[in-house]
Amino acid sequence: MQPFTYVRADSLDAALSEASQPGAAIMAGGTTMVDLMRGNLAAPSRLVDIGHLPGLSEIDTTGPVLRFGALARMADVAEDATLLRDYPALSESLRLAASQQLRNAATLGGNILQRTRCQYFRDGISNCNKRVPGSGCSALDGENREMGLLGTSDQCVATYPGDWGAALAAFDTSVELRSVGGSRTVPFAQFHLPYGDDPAHESVVQPGEIVTAITVQAMPAGRKSTYVKVRDRQSYAYAVVSATVALEMDGDTVTSARVSLGGVASKPWRAPEAEAVLTGRTLTEAVALEAGAAAFAAARPLHHNAFKIELGRRAVARAALLASKRT
Amino acid sequence: MSVQTIPVTLEVNGHNHSLHLDPRTTLLDALREHLGMTGTKVGCNHGTCGACTVHIDGHARLACLTLAAAATGHSILTIEGLAAADGTPHPMQAAFVAYDALQCGYCTPGQIMSAIACVAEGHTRTDDEIRDYMSGNLCRCAAYPNIVAAVRHVAGAV
Ligand SMILES: Cc1cc2nc3c(=O)[nH]c(=O)nc-3n(C[C@H](O)[C@H](O)[C@H](O)COP(=O)(O)OP(=O)(O)OC[C@H]3O[C@@H](n4cnc5c(N)ncnc54)[C@H](O)[C@@H]3O)c2cc1C
Ligand code: FES
Ligand code: FES
Repeated sequence: MQPFTYVRADSLDAALSEASQPGAAIMAGGTTMVDLMRGNLAAPSRLVDIGHLPGLSEIDTTGPVLRFGALARMADVAEDATLLRDYPALSESLRLAASQQLRNAATLGGNILQRTRCQYFRDGISNCNKRVPGSGCSALDGENREMGLLGTSDQCVATYPGDWGAALAAFDTSVELRSVGGSRTVPFAQFHLPYGDDPAHESVVQPGEIVTAITVQAMPAGRKSTYVKVRDRQSYAYAVVSATVALEMDGDTVTSARVSLGGVASKPWRAPEAEAVLTGRTLTEAVALEAGAAAFAAARPLHHNAFKIELGRRAVARAALLASKRT
Repeated sequence: MSVQTIPVTLEVNGHNHSLHLDPRTTLLDALREHLGMTGTKVGCNHGTCGACTVHIDGHARLACLTLAAAATGHSILTIEGLAAADGTPHPMQAAFVAYDALQCGYCTPGQIMSAIACVAEGHTRTDDEIRDYMSGNLCRCAAYPNIVAAVRHVAGAV
């Protein structure tokens, strides 16, 4: 870990001013940040601890716009009874993530900004275009079971690992940002950047900017939603693949569908191809599997991860069938 | 290069400790290396094993991913703070002994801290729920069945 100056901000304005200093980085729960610093994957000269700021931990899950303060803790939000009833997919994505110790510390804002778990990025020595732009990607021909197959590029095949972000992608989500210069709101679909030629840049967040809230437009399909997470072990593991489905139905017919994927893509991944298959159809297992296949139509499998296409197809299908049974 | 230190006050098991620490010091290292409280264990130092679990303001947290400076102003409870003043073990400690919920014992302080939080939060309705809420604590001796039994026992007693 490189030396840094620790600054604990006691107001948002103070935090914004500290964050605008050269070399500054934000720490909220620290569950990603401390580990990145320990591995020298982040080396801020000034660490701005926003974890104690008042006013950014509130959530409102009842209004026409759901509002999640950036500092709300995963564990607290996972326990919110209204969210569990009206948007089970969002609630489940949090409860099925990490461990209770981590969920108690980790914030919702930090969660959407967590970095890939790609071993070649984390090990600090392999070629990695995320860590050292231009050095190459060891995962392309390496051990690539954990890597992505959607939204990847020849420069980087790492996956975005977060569950909450994967589920948020199925909804009309936005992220509110503040800096000393003002505020802006970014649609979630544009919040994370596609890899293309520049995998080192993962989100639109600029130095000095602080995420203050995540908002989700209320929608009836929230109730008929679910988050299916497939893991290598039953609990406390990142998704090998995850599928979020939210449906509006008229009898057995799907009138509107939202589908997103996690664990298989460079960013939280919306799957409009799967939504198109479901919309207007009577939901049967065959239709659900057809939607799953459509979600992976553009997949670029690597040597060790092609199995995720079939696994993902079935995860989408299972999520669709489970979601349709929710009331 | 001389390392700059900052004043850090930690409230551990009801006592305040004033330290001067390199800002990089984790709560885990502050407890073990600076306060000599070695009950909290170092396993992975990456947030994956749970050996370093302590309570911060009543919630189970990982001391290896918490900077000591960030823990100032919060109340920290470690395994050393569980027994009563007369030395009587905490009911969860007693249950771990009664149910033989350990072999080498390395993971045990972290397991017990998580187990107490698991019961306090009411995540003990089924064995599966206990396992899920305890899954952040790995046991390389695989004492899991007996750990679940100990937690179930304490949950039933409260
Ligand atoms: C062992 C382990 C297992 C895990 N398993 C899972 C899992 O299964 N599913 C899952 O989804 N996650 C998992 N995680 C990741 C965990 O959920 C994230 O580390 C956590 O959500 C990050 O939140 P934080 O508040 O601790 O962020 P921090 O570590 O404080 O920050 C993370 C990043 O976001 C930036 N940041 C934080 N808050 C803001 C803000 N408000 N504005 C601007 N920038 C900000 C920081 O600068 C940093 O770059 C796991 C982590 C570990 C260590
Ligand atoms: S030492 Fe902290 S989780 Fe392993
Ligand atoms: S008792 Fe040995 S690691 Fe758990």
